[in-house]
Amino acid sequence: MTSPPITAHQTENLIDSSQKFNPTRLVDRIFKVLSLLLALSIGFVLLWITYSLLGIAFPAIAQFNLGFLTSQAWDPVQDLYGALPQIYGTIVSSIIALLFAVPLGVGVAIFLSENFLPQKILTPIAFLVELLAAIPSVVYGMWGIFVFIPFILPVLQFIHQLFGWIPLFSTSPSTRQMFATAMVLAIMILPTIIAISRDTMVSLSPALRQGAYGLGATRWETITRVLVPAGLSGIIGSVMLALGRALGETMAAAMLIGNANRINVSLFAPASTISALIANQFGEASGLQRSALFYQALILMIITLIVNMLAEVIVSRFQQVE
Amino acid sequence: MTNPSIETNHTSPIHGDVVIRTENVSIYYGSFQAVRNVFLDIPKNRVVAFIGPSGCGKSTLLRCYNRLNDLIPGARVEGKITYQGVDLYDPKVDPVEVRRRIGMVFQRPNPFPKSIYENIAFGARVNGFKGDLDELVERSLRGAALWDEVKDKLKESGLSLSGGQQQRLCIARAIAIEPEVILMDEPCSALDPISTLRVEDLINELKQQFTIIIVTHNMQQASRVADYTAFFNAEAGETGSRFGYLVEYAPTEQIFNAPQQQATQDYVSGRFG
Repeated sequence: MTSPPITAHQTENLIDSSQKFNPTRLVDRIFKVLSLLLALSIGFVLLWITYSLLGIAFPAIAQFNLGFLTSQAWDPVQDLYGALPQIYGTIVSSIIALLFAVPLGVGVAIFLSENFLPQKILTPIAFLVELLAAIPSVVYGMWGIFVFIPFILPVLQFIHQLFGWIPLFSTSPSTRQMFATAMVLAIMILPTIIAISRDTMVSLSPALRQGAYGLGATRWETITRVLVPAGLSGIIGSVMLALGRALGETMAAAMLIGNANRINVSLFAPASTISALIANQFGEASGLQRSALFYQALILMIITLIVNMLAEVIVSRFQQVE
Repeated sequence: MTNPSIETNHTSPIHGDVVIRTENVSIYYGSFQAVRNVFLDIPKNRVVAFIGPSGCGKSTLLRCYNRLNDLIPGARVEGKITYQGVDLYDPKVDPVEVRRRIGMVFQRPNPFPKSIYENIAFGARVNGFKGDLDELVERSLRGAALWDEVKDKLKESGLSLSGGQQQRLCIARAIAIEPEVILMDEPCSALDPISTLRVEDLINELKQQFTIIIVTHNMQQASRVADYTAFFNAEAGETGSRFGYLVEYAPTEQIFNAPQQQATQDYVSGRFG
């Protein structure tokens, strides 16, 4: 298996070929440039959006400064605007949505990743969960108005009667309100949590499971003390992505939350979110009002950006552990 | 805890107390028979090695001793496996309790993604250990000859250790639950020669306290650590699918120097196949 020495002729060939015209190489180069342009265009679009948001929001930023964040005013007549009710509504509705969706979603993810049921039944269930993500949000909104809220209202009424002394439940449940909206949001973000958490749990090494069982752990102990901690970063990542979706969700929130421009401690009262406000007012807004809407949009973008960055950091930490 | 005296109808090479008795055991995965008609007694405080070619069912049999095969859908055991006289596959027997008494070390080191300390403490915690956890962790790590290397970094992840250290951590984790038997499924196959020697030294020490069953592909390893060796082989059955069976079980010296069966002779002398 000795190779013959390289002759001068062969090296000449090597150098020559790069000088010659070669169609394959040209395609190669074009493809490279094209990919680069496409990749850059993504960044460009992001910068463009940020720039235009800043530009159109600028009059409102100049007028209200950071006081915009803490003001509750939204008065087109006097041209006074603030974002606090919307920031509050956006964050609180998302947090309540998470309170419902996280335990449910993680539970379903664990269930689907264990062998409680035969694979023949698990696969359709997992498919159904993913279909939940395919329902357009306007459908969720309509379903919320005509079906879910009328259905849940008696329950909320009951909670109000029983726990009305707690400020959170102190008002009689309105037909458009924060709490029911958050529950619909929870259903909307469930598939994200389930799908990603389940992938995480399934990807855990079977050796971990065997190791735990081999030490005399029960299934419950194996799940709660080994598998969930091992997949925790992936689960948290899924929750952050779901939070990002809940924060930005527009249509269902605009249809269900009642768009009340005030902060009410009671969760059963109408409220507002940033995206709902924008969706509602955007059509007839002009001048400073439009600028204030863009300021709100900018705030929403920053909030979701922070959430996504956190998700990114956590998920990458998870990958390091692997 | 008393042991029934030896009264087997099969010739058993064992002298002394029997911890695990395998009587006419066949193991199936669905309709596939993986292991056929094994009679095998495991003596107390000895090391027994299972050797044989791939697919001869030695790991499969090993995993029946702590009922880890329960986790595989369709796995089924026929015949009788008794531990201290109790039928392991009696419906009244709790597999979780079995695994607490019969610990296991796996082929690839599989520490939990937790700290070194928590890796050891895990088994104790799930088994409701009430004593001094710090002391148990130290004793187990010393028992696995790992203490000196990790005593200053107990809070670090078990995954930060080298492969050999991880495997000793897994051994420490197994002995922390104070089992009576430790099953080792090719514990050195993912380790370098030096780590392998350390684990083998450890096995020799551990047999003072524990009964050890070790599956290995490495015949030198079997001859170095085992008191008794069982040679398994695989054969094509009537339906054409291969099943594993026990060919010969004897003191290790005899298996390697004066085997009774031609197949054993061929295998240990490397003339197999």
